Amino acid sequence: MTTVADDARPELEDVASFRARARAWIRENLKPVDQHPGEVAEFRTDEAELTEVARQRAVQRLLFDAGFAGIVVPRKYGGAGLTPAHARVFNEEIVGHDYPYLIQVANFSPSMAVILEFGTEEQKLQHVPAILSGDELFATFLSEPSGGSDAAGARTTAVRDGDEWVLNGSKIWSSFAWWRDWGLCLTRTNWDVEKHRGLTVFMVPIRWPGIELHRIEMANGPGHFCQEFFTDVHIPDANRIGAVDAGWSVGVRWMFYERSRESSPYITWWATGGGMAGRLGQDDLVRLARRSGRIHDPMARDLIGEVRADALVAEQTATRIVQRIRTGDLNDQAAALIRLQRGVNGTRQATVAFELAAGAGVAWDEADEILGQQGLDFLTRQSGQIGGGTTEMARNVISERVLGMPRERAGDKDIAYRDVPKGPAAGR
Amino acid sequence: MELELAAEQEMFADTTRKFLAEHMPVAELRAMRHDPAGFPPDYWRRGAELGWTSLLVSEEDGGGSISASPLADLAIVAHEFGRHATPGPLAVSNVVAGALSRSGSPEQRSAILPGLLAGQLMAAWCLAEPRPNDAFGTVTAQAAASADGVRLSGVKAPVEGAAQAAQFLVTARSGDGMTQLLVPADAPGVTVTPMRSIDLTRRFAAVRFDDVRLPRSAVLGEVGRAGSAVDWQLRVAVALTLAEMLGTMDRAFEMTVQWAFDRYSFGRPLASYQELKHRFADMKLWLEASHAISDGAVRAVAEGAPNAWELLSAGKAYVGYHGIELLQDCVQIHGGIGVTFDHDMHLYLRRLTLGSRLYGSVTEHRERLTAALEAQVEEESPDDDRR
Repeated sequence: MTTVADDARPELEDVASFRARARAWIRENLKPVDQHPGEVAEFRTDEAELTEVARQRAVQRLLFDAGFAGIVVPRKYGGAGLTPAHARVFNEEIVGHDYPYLIQVANFSPSMAVILEFGTEEQKLQHVPAILSGDELFATFLSEPSGGSDAAGARTTAVRDGDEWVLNGSKIWSSFAWWRDWGLCLTRTNWDVEKHRGLTVFMVPIRWPGIELHRIEMANGPGHFCQEFFTDVHIPDANRIGAVDAGWSVGVRWMFYERSRESSPYITWWATGGGMAGRLGQDDLVRLARRSGRIHDPMARDLIGEVRADALVAEQTATRIVQRIRTGDLNDQAAALIRLQRGVNGTRQATVAFELAAGAGVAWDEADEILGQQGLDFLTRQSGQIGGGTTEMARNVISERVLGMPRERAGDKDIAYRDVPKGPAAGR
Repeated sequence: MELELAAEQEMFADTTRKFLAEHMPVAELRAMRHDPAGFPPDYWRRGAELGWTSLLVSEEDGGGSISASPLADLAIVAHEFGRHATPGPLAVSNVVAGALSRSGSPEQRSAILPGLLAGQLMAAWCLAEPRPNDAFGTVTAQAAASADGVRLSGVKAPVEGAAQAAQFLVTARSGDGMTQLLVPADAPGVTVTPMRSIDLTRRFAAVRFDDVRLPRSAVLGEVGRAGSAVDWQLRVAVALTLAEMLGTMDRAFEMTVQWAFDRYSFGRPLASYQELKHRFADMKLWLEASHAISDGAVRAVAEGAPNAWELLSAGKAYVGYHGIELLQDCVQIHGGIGVTFDHDMHLYLRRLTLGSRLYGSVTEHRERLTAALEAQVEEESPDDDRR
């Protein structure tokens, strides 16, 4: 039997009995579903999405009241005070049931994880229980229009004014921010030191004077991304996370949580996986080819087999890389291999799906909506190679940090960030 | 080759590595270019002493493995074969030995296995057939059984090591079922015609069986019931081919990374150019991914896992495509020297290219994967395409 009880925490519930308790509660309280709820969710209107968010907040509250929110979070902050093994077990038991999937991204990790690691006692007591109960939902304000991959090059500026800070600038690619409550925001507080040394992190209330939020329409339709514009936004110093100008040490961990969110103990997610709307499985490619009448075309079958092989290979690869990092055979930068593979496979699959949709991928009638969707999704094919750090960044990391090849010349080392060349696009 | 080898496996790999470095260095490999067998007789015999031919054979038949997984042990040897692009019909010798040990009669085993295990007798597996029956797994050669014997007719090509073999294991058809026969190379009606091959030292031939008359004792297993044995042989052959392909990729990649650091153009090493760095990153991904799927497939075959064929096909489809892209890009990064006979790169490119076509092409394995997915969808919702 697995047990994690040790002398330090004699009261810790063993994993097996936790599993039994979780299973009983889940069956009693959560709706059974056939498919991952994110895969069938499609919000025709904003009202429908807001209704669903409100419902998921209520389910989160149920989890919180039952002691199943924040399984690894200390009890004094509203969590269950258990271990990652317990969190994993909960994710296994929740498979086949509805749960608040929409509020996982950005909210519990990285945001709550960062607050737990860098927040003051007061900040943790104020925000962590509120996050766990679904009362406060966080978004992340990291990327800026001036450059996505170079996160430390943030130019949104925070200037001290007594007990407050005044923010000016803009953040972009914040998921679901339009219905979230707070944003974790990386700002520049010192322009006269080197790039990484002049950053500070704040918690920003999203509906606050001076903040204007725009929703970004994607090339294939509405998405969940937002952009925020800050004009003389006054934030109390009490909202600062970590020391002034020490924001990059927070940022490094923030991005670690960002990258590892699928294995994070802070996130509730079906252990079997399960995607969001629009994500295709390889079996869907067979269905598409049948729909478009191409299933007997050897060329189409070759493409389906190629994508299937890529997917099977990717599963094995992720396991291998993680294992090699664990044994020290590869350094942890080798995780970039997994990122590159996902990105490349995603674009290839979108291309194949579009190819299988044939003519209906560009002009379709109502009956062929699913084929037309492949055309629309083809337009944003590159998303998977852009978001979360581009594949070019991943290739740099692999060649330089894994294979040990010479680093690219950087134009922002050893000089004040103020003096770093920013190009004619600066300020836009 | 698995990530964490047990100490015994590591030693085993090292023995073969050292042997090949000493007895089949690149210069010797080149010298074997026009040799009819592709290697001196002593080479195979000494390799057999290192365990090259006995791993899939039971201990009572004189075989035995290093670890609990004989196939994983053998994959280690196959990987070294790839790394050295070394000669010898490794996969087929082991397929024949393993098949005999698994379903041979006591007479069959005692007649053939000792010589095979000692590396003194060569055997070949006659499976593939020439056009128009050259699709992976197609068997049309006929084994007609009667009370007094079996008559075999058909053509098999390419057959590895056929001109050197004393014994053929022939996979044929009897009605709806498969039959496997042990045929002496000198049996009347057998004609062996050597073929040319893309590999420098691997030898292939076409073998013609013109109404070859054999006793019932030539049947391995039972007439018409060899289907699952053939499937096992194919799984082993694909797994070993993959492991060997990985060896060639490892070696070519190492050589090329080193070259990128050592070769200077315009006053800086090739490794400092971002365009090349990004291609190395892609190659590193293909290499790690190929290792992952190859290891996964070997493991699945060894364990008899239900998804073994799926992983084998994924491996053969992925490595067959990306392995070749990797090798050809290694050639490209070497520049002019990379396309000369003097440079070693073509030795590995040849071996890999050969592997990509043996036991199913990229396209054939992709088709298998698609068919499996289709069956899966069919099971869930048979009316899907009419919906």
